[in-house]
Amino acid sequence: MQHSVSIKDLTLSFGNLTVLDSLNLDVSQGEFIVLLGPSGCGKSTLLNCIAGLLDVTGGQIFISGKNVTWTEPKDRGIGMVFQSYALYPQMTVERNLSFGLRVAGLPKAEIEQRVKRASEVLQIEPLLNRKPAALSGGQRQRVAIGRALVRDVDVFLFDEPLSNLDAKLRSELRVEIKRLHQRLKNTMIYVTHDQIEALTLADRVAIMKGGIIQQLDAPHTIYHKPVNLFVAGFMGSPSMNFISGKLARTDGGRFTADGVDWGLKGYEFGTTSGGEQGAVLGIRPEHFGVNGASESMPIQFEGEIEVVEPMGSDTVGWTSVGGSQIKFRVDSETALHVGDRVKLGFDPQRASVFDEQSGDRL
Amino acid sequence: MSDATLAIEPSGPKPKPIFSRRNIIVYGSLIVICLYYLVPLYVMVVTSLKGMPEIRLGNIFSPPLEITFQPWVKAWAEACTGLNCDGLSRGFWNSVRILIPSVIVSIIIASVNGYALANWRFKGANIFFTILIFGSFIPYQVMLYPIVIILREIGLYGSLTGLVIVHTIFGMPILTLLFRNYFTSVPEELFKAARIDGAGFWGIYFRIMLPMSLPIFVVAMILQVTGIWNDFLFGVVYTKPDTYPMTVQLNNIVNSVQGVKEYNVNMAATIITGLVPLTVYFISGKLFVRGIAAGAVKG
Repeated sequence: MQHSVSIKDLTLSFGNLTVLDSLNLDVSQGEFIVLLGPSGCGKSTLLNCIAGLLDVTGGQIFISGKNVTWTEPKDRGIGMVFQSYALYPQMTVERNLSFGLRVAGLPKAEIEQRVKRASEVLQIEPLLNRKPAALSGGQRQRVAIGRALVRDVDVFLFDEPLSNLDAKLRSELRVEIKRLHQRLKNTMIYVTHDQIEALTLADRVAIMKGGIIQQLDAPHTIYHKPVNLFVAGFMGSPSMNFISGKLARTDGGRFTADGVDWGLKGYEFGTTSGGEQGAVLGIRPEHFGVNGASESMPIQFEGEIEVVEPMGSDTVGWTSVGGSQIKFRVDSETALHVGDRVKLGFDPQRASVFDEQSGDRL
Repeated sequence: MSDATLAIEPSGPKPKPIFSRRNIIVYGSLIVICLYYLVPLYVMVVTSLKGMPEIRLGNIFSPPLEITFQPWVKAWAEACTGLNCDGLSRGFWNSVRILIPSVIVSIIIASVNGYALANWRFKGANIFFTILIFGSFIPYQVMLYPIVIILREIGLYGSLTGLVIVHTIFGMPILTLLFRNYFTSVPEELFKAARIDGAGFWGIYFRIMLPMSLPIFVVAMILQVTGIWNDFLFGVVYTKPDTYPMTVQLNNIVNSVQGVKEYNVNMAATIITGLVPLTVYFISGKLFVRGIAAGAVKG
């Protein structure tokens, strides 16, 4: 099957600084890929390379089967939406939408028809005669999406499109982008540092760090089976608990740490190496069974509640085990009090074990 | 309760005395500064409207007893410099003919320069920019003579065209810097969006950048108009008596050693010469401030 976007050994460096290093990525037709990572991880740079706004140092980029490595942005068959909307301030919405088409010298009737279609899809018809300054943030971003839409392209690139919006608008537009994707079935590549956006929108998420894709998988896999400590710690809020200790590969794995000795029966090891080694056990806060619910769990322990953080929808409590501070999540109706004893339990099947040195999943 | 000593319960805006020490200092200095600049102007206007006998009385601050516009007429059309006795009008038109092409050409070139430097990071852009900045620090005097030779060699010495070229070149460093800084403040994403939309170098310049840069063009225009209009050095070096700009001619009228010093004519001539930059300021003052405070370009 032909890939919609295909990146082969892409390298980009500015002088001595290598931002992207031999990066490979294949995106299928109609797929929604989210590039996720902390700032400075190279995700926006990668997007700019795909768009043709940055010249690559090495490697190739294919879009719809064509090698576009040396092609001008306008000829790549892409539309791009920016974080700051990047609407032309002196043009009306209608002129903004049609700018690219007018530059390309399309016939008037065609331009009109495309602008009409895009503004219908995005419900911005009443705004067509306004200038960007007279629009709200959400409306502006809609126009920016419309500008990509009228170009009738195969691939949409989004560069943190929702980061400038307030929380409420962000979640509204997020759903709208998802609807848009379901309706248009275009390939979309979406850069964000917001993990909720990544998990909700993506068919596959690419977690990036230091110019390298750490893991490229479906959101569920990324969340539940992170390939290394970085991905595990980056995804999820509140973040995953880590307990440092030693791992022995006897009867399905035994994890020992300061005052703990847990059998990890049920955990699916991906590697087979034997012997004792330094390891980090990762457990998500919501995977703990608390008090009554802990009794059905294979591994159980007790701790004293040290801090309680009510979050509204749920409550996060802090305690210590195995020499590490850990947090656990309970329903907000469950009363937690500082100083009380709490019974916790978890199922090793849902936990993650990482090599202490390399940080890779075991 | 410490508040009990207060006669009234504090509520709403805090009352501010008009004659507080702060107000006296602030407004006092402002008034002094205003006087410092306005009194000379007042003296000039008043003197230019008096006849010579009245000036000889020596009351420079008193308003004219008998208003006469004769000095203005003389300054404009009759005053003699050298062999020419057609007043400042000759210099005025020379200056206009120098000013208009210099301002237009220098702004066009500098804005394209600044745009290229800010948005198209071409190879060697940094070196080019450093040289340009360096250029703005070289004292003019160093280059006076080499330019005389260059102009002579290409046959433009003494002509208005030569002076236009000189003004254009010397305006380049500061104007390019001005435009570059302004275009740098335009969000980069706007430029990227235009590239994806397919606009090229000139397309982006004319359709995106120009329409949103009116304030900085006004700033550049004001800088150039005042700079070129008030220029004396280049005018006196690179032109001949027939093509002297207004400032040089003004100097020749005011500093003539023969005959009676006609203070009223001198004052009138000076005011006429200063009218052009003054008018420009009055017309475009607001835009000037906006351009100077630029950088607040939000999409």
